[in-house]
Amino acid sequence: MADTSQMQVSDEIAITINQMNKWYGSFHVLRDINLTVNQGERIVICGPSGSGKSTLIRCINALEEHQQGSIEVDGTLLSNDLKNIDKIRSEVGMCFQHFNLFPHLTILENCTLAPIWVRKTPKKEAEERAMHFLEKVKIPDQANKYPGQLSGGQQQRVAIARSLCMMPRIMLFDEPTSALDPEMIKEVLDTMIELAEEGMTMLCVTHEMGFARQVANRVIFMDAGQIVEQNEPEEFFNNPKSERTQLFLSQILGH
Amino acid sequence: MSDNKNNNPIAFVATSVIPESPPPARETGIYKWVRENLFSNIPNGILTLVAIAVLYKVLSSTLPWILNGIWTTSSLAECREVLQGKTGACFSVLAERWQQLLYGFKYPEEEYWRPNLALILLFFAMAPVLFFDLPRKLLGFTVIYPFLAFWLIWGGSIMVPIVAMLGFAAAAVVFQKLGKGSFAAGFFGAIVSALVIWKIGGMLIPENASETAMLTAVPSRDLGGFMLNMMLGVTCVSLSVPLGIALALGRQSSMPLIKWICVVFIEFVRGVPLITLLFVASVMLSYFFPPDATVDLFLRVVIMITLFSAAYIAEVIRGGLAALPKGQYEAADSLGLDYPQAMRLIILPQALKISIPGIVNVAVGLFKDTTLVSVISMFDLVGMIRGPVLASTEWNGVYWELLGFAAALFFVVCYGISQYSQWLERRLATGHR
Ligand SMILES: Nc1ncnc2c1ncn2[C@@H]1O[C@H](COP(=O)(O)OP(=O)(O)OP(=O)(O)O)[C@@H](O)[C@H]1O
Ligand SMILES: [Mg+2]
Repeated sequence: MADTSQMQVSDEIAITINQMNKWYGSFHVLRDINLTVNQGERIVICGPSGSGKSTLIRCINALEEHQQGSIEVDGTLLSNDLKNIDKIRSEVGMCFQHFNLFPHLTILENCTLAPIWVRKTPKKEAEERAMHFLEKVKIPDQANKYPGQLSGGQQQRVAIARSLCMMPRIMLFDEPTSALDPEMIKEVLDTMIELAEEGMTMLCVTHEMGFARQVANRVIFMDAGQIVEQNEPEEFFNNPKSERTQLFLSQILGH
Repeated sequence: MSDNKNNNPIAFVATSVIPESPPPARETGIYKWVRENLFSNIPNGILTLVAIAVLYKVLSSTLPWILNGIWTTSSLAECREVLQGKTGACFSVLAERWQQLLYGFKYPEEEYWRPNLALILLFFAMAPVLFFDLPRKLLGFTVIYPFLAFWLIWGGSIMVPIVAMLGFAAAAVVFQKLGKGSFAAGFFGAIVSALVIWKIGGMLIPENASETAMLTAVPSRDLGGFMLNMMLGVTCVSLSVPLGIALALGRQSSMPLIKWICVVFIEFVRGVPLITLLFVASVMLSYFFPPDATVDLFLRVVIMITLFSAAYIAEVIRGGLAALPKGQYEAADSLGLDYPQAMRLIILPQALKISIPGIVNVAVGLFKDTTLVSVISMFDLVGMIRGPVLASTEWNGVYWELLGFAAALFFVVCYGISQYSQWLERRLATGHR
């Protein structure tokens, strides 16, 4: 598959995070986060467990509330205004580690629910679009099954299709492959690579360093709630600057 | 492993693909079944024999009693005469008093067709709710049914249920319109509009309307028998499930005031015996209503039983809500669904499905608890048995037959509910989660 890491990114800004801080009670999880993401960028976020990676990307679609600083997504400022939050959420897709499909709905219903109720898409059109994306993730034949009847890899691909049905401009991935068996990791990564090739703006928390090298145009390393280092993948992996990054990379690549 | 050619005991390569074959046929035969299930070893054999002995004892004493039963006499004394000391039931009491047991002793006999019709229509009204594969259009009848049943059972002017229905319809329309902007505006707007319609309607209905009505009016105190149990059971269950859902959601609310109101309500109601609430309904509740409003005893009892079981149902549903993984809320949020949508489409369907056994448990309990109204001198089935029937000189002393009849009626309904819930659970099963 083509190396997408050299693909062009546009100048249009997708996400701006400015001096963002977040606390859980008195625990300072995210510290002075500054990050600008352009339209079409593929960013991989890595770092040790508990460093705040999930919290960071969950702040972007307001699943977590931040206390200081600002987050702007596609020109909409994230505030307590529910209208803004709903607007941003319908522009930003998210995939979770544990898929979080709706077990009481069929695959097709999982994919059409949000377009029908949030976007008010007519049912027929929503179903056509859902089938289109299910074909894209290569499971159109499972459309009428329930999530419980699918393998983990298939469920995660459905979850991706479900997000895509909302036609998001940005996709967030929180360790999408870490609950999967090795055999299924590849099918999910292939789907994500395809998305990247089509120019989707992506922020992925992942420990799949092969994926990072192949797809990302920027790798961000976080530790203790801070962005410690960010660079292009080649530089990041071959020539890490900070000691903490070196230690992390030696641990994760060492075996 | 001397015949292993390459001398490596671990190495193994499958040389052929094993073809798929059907599962082995199960061995059958009564003899085999008996041996495997009843006498597989000595302790099991002993248990089986003991069970057979107990069964024999029970049946040998009840069966003759039932089969020898007398159906045609007109008093217990006559029964005894006919039996002449043999065992045998005196079912004549059922044959003679069945109307009182089913409808109470004051409901006019020539009007029995009205509650009967209401019962038959009840099945049609419940069908689209209970069996949701039926066409949704049938729900229209379900919406009209409560007003229709009210008119059938109580009779009187048809204007009363029509005005009541108009009030609810107005409330629904106002809620649709205003509720889009803000829930509170829709909610209070709906209540006000319903009250206005009822007030106007109340003034328009002429005083003597019920005298000239198509159906003779039957006052609430004339309702009784098993009919009263059914009416209380159906009304209270169908009111307390939505109220229980609202309370459960309120208890989870992020708004502290709503949350605490719900918590205090649930804890208070659960901490008080139902009997107490019923006494409150029968003597004290009128203090809470405006002095000139004579609120019907039936309505007061319905309110109390509904509040009581709603508190239990709320707790059952809270358990269901708590059992849902947090990821379901997050997935709904991340797709941009708002709170009512997320609740209605994602959270409640799953939480309610988990709660079915618990809700059915409460519903069955509630239905049987409707017999408690006999202590506040309403003549439901048990009230009829304890009061008018057993007190009469003819039937004083026929306990087993009457209470057995009551038990059988309740059992049929409760067993039906339980079977339905098992069907529902199977129908909703969508593989493991
Ligand atoms: N709801 C919460 N309340 C309190 N502390 C929390 C909460 N969620 C996360 N934390 C803490 O915040 C820190 C960052 O959590 P986060 O989930 O963002 O880490 P992560 O980098 O995604 O780690 P992992 O790789 O294990 O997923 C952790 O120390 C965690 O214990
Ligand atoms: Mg995480």
